[in-house]
Amino acid sequence: MKKLKYALFTGCTAKQSTPEQYMSTMAVAEKLGIELVELVEASCCGASHLQDYDDFLSLVLNARNIAYAEKHGLTMVTICNTCQLNSAMTKHRLDNNADLKARVNEKLKEVGLEYKGTSDITHFLYAIIDDIGLDKVKEMVVTPLSQFNIAPFYGCHNIRPSELQNETHNSPENPYNPSSLDDLIIACGGETVDYAEKNKCCGFHVELQAPKTSAILAGNAVAGAMDGNADWIVTPCPLCHLKLDTQTGHLSKEIGRDVALPVLHMQQMIGLALGCTKEELGLKHHVESVDFV
Amino acid sequence: MSTEHKITKQQVNFKVFRFNADEDYLPYYEDYNMEVTSEEVVLDILNRIKWEHDGSFSYRRSCRHGICGACAIKVNGRATLACKESMTDMIELFGNELTIEPQSKKRAIKDMIIDKSDFWDKHADVKPYVVTDVDETPTLENLVSPEDAEQINDADLCIQCGACHYSCPVVEVNEEFFGPAAFAAAYRFESDVRDEIGTQRLEAVHQTNQGVWDCVKCFECAEACPKDINPIEKITSLHQMLFQKGVATSNVATRHAVGFKHSIARNGVLDEGGMVLYSERAAVVKHIPLALNMFRKGKIVPPWGIVKSENLDEIQKLVKSSSTAKF
Repeated sequence: MKKLKYALFTGCTAKQSTPEQYMSTMAVAEKLGIELVELVEASCCGASHLQDYDDFLSLVLNARNIAYAEKHGLTMVTICNTCQLNSAMTKHRLDNNADLKARVNEKLKEVGLEYKGTSDITHFLYAIIDDIGLDKVKEMVVTPLSQFNIAPFYGCHNIRPSELQNETHNSPENPYNPSSLDDLIIACGGETVDYAEKNKCCGFHVELQAPKTSAILAGNAVAGAMDGNADWIVTPCPLCHLKLDTQTGHLSKEIGRDVALPVLHMQQMIGLALGCTKEELGLKHHVESVDFV
Repeated sequence: MSTEHKITKQQVNFKVFRFNADEDYLPYYEDYNMEVTSEEVVLDILNRIKWEHDGSFSYRRSCRHGICGACAIKVNGRATLACKESMTDMIELFGNELTIEPQSKKRAIKDMIIDKSDFWDKHADVKPYVVTDVDETPTLENLVSPEDAEQINDADLCIQCGACHYSCPVVEVNEEFFGPAAFAAAYRFESDVRDEIGTQRLEAVHQTNQGVWDCVKCFECAEACPKDINPIEKITSLHQMLFQKGVATSNVATRHAVGFKHSIARNGVLDEGGMVLYSERAAVVKHIPLALNMFRKGKIVPPWGIVKSENLDEIQKLVKSSSTAKF
């Protein structure tokens, strides 16, 4: 099989508050035989907040990121749901609006770049499912996670809006009944936990302006996973990870119940199953200790 | 060529939310097993439950053409306009076990019927009508150009069914929050050239706790809307209008949005710690315990440790030349 190669858009979080996510991405890519060309020129995607303030600038910056992936002739792979949303939404809007695309390219020309629309954009989770296949992942498992009940937490921006899902994937996810992360847990040998909050919002994006709302949403999610008898939560999104992992004291206070669970990145879960070491997966960087490894 | 299509039949188990606020202490679920044909819509099933199983089963219905918004319910947690959704699609999405529930379980009065007063109150609060001095004896038509009408976008298609409102997680946990339908209405009339209300509506949606800044950006409203109005797109437009029309005042939310531009101009990437400081100002002290916890786990990079984007000069040039927000 030809070696898979992607342009990696790490996003900001993987280089700052979730270093373990970057480490585990690299470790798992190596195990899976994936080559990642890091887009070191990329800027922040705007995280859907710059979009509230300066929509055109956010389009230009995201188009610039994608233009670098196009220069490599590679599919852009994201490892953050919100990076995926903003990159894919930019592609969607530019590919469907020639006038907007021309206006954006007029700006990119100033720095010698052009957005063509030739690169696909996909989250690492779907790159693994669509391009490698879960059967192959299953074959490669050396340490099945069979003793764990694992609660999938999908994160909004990978599953909504569904029109982006429909454009990007052969078998698009049903946002009301998503299955990709459940399937990945099963491929890694784990037991999945079904709970009502698995496809709900973690509240990360209003953490500063509406801390109570944010904490209730995250607290309810952890509570739902605990009630489903989960040993830990797994998520493809570093922002969900931060919300669920780093401030369980606040979440507990707001929902009036003690809640806390380890929250692993999707890459860390795959890494555990494929035999990566806990150092390679950066497990010491969690606020809620990952003490079961 | 024959245009005849084949009608298929299958067994479906419906788990139906039942509750009578006058008699029941708690809601309960009742199972109805029925043979469903590919011709039927969800409303047919509600009718059959009432006609074939239990005459006391209650739900709202009226037009049967997806325009009155009365029959909005939830199927397996998904907002559903019962007269519009085919059973074939529902079975394809969720299989043969379907849970039928009202839009909001906590607002249930009887079975599918809910107390929708919170929705109407919030809708009314944004003045969902054109406010203008009407000339009672006009001598000319009051024309709106196609370009101006286009500004209203598809927001005019709202049927006030409440699908987005009762799918919004913020509405669920914060009683004050206007919710996506009220925001879409605010956008619709704010974009109407005939309207003379000034910035009143925008000031309402700018308010902390009630307004657009509390939107969590989950896109549940975009999924829920049976008219594909995409309320979150209107919420984003309201955010932008608040800045464009000078209504936005400096607070943690507006500084958070503006801060991205500054951070990108400086580093290409986001300076996470710097962003919290910029947004919170002196209130940043409340985040110190969390920051210490994260620092201990190697999750905080100091400003001097941030790896800036390569070719940063390109980003800086683009921030300068492409900014449409000149304030």
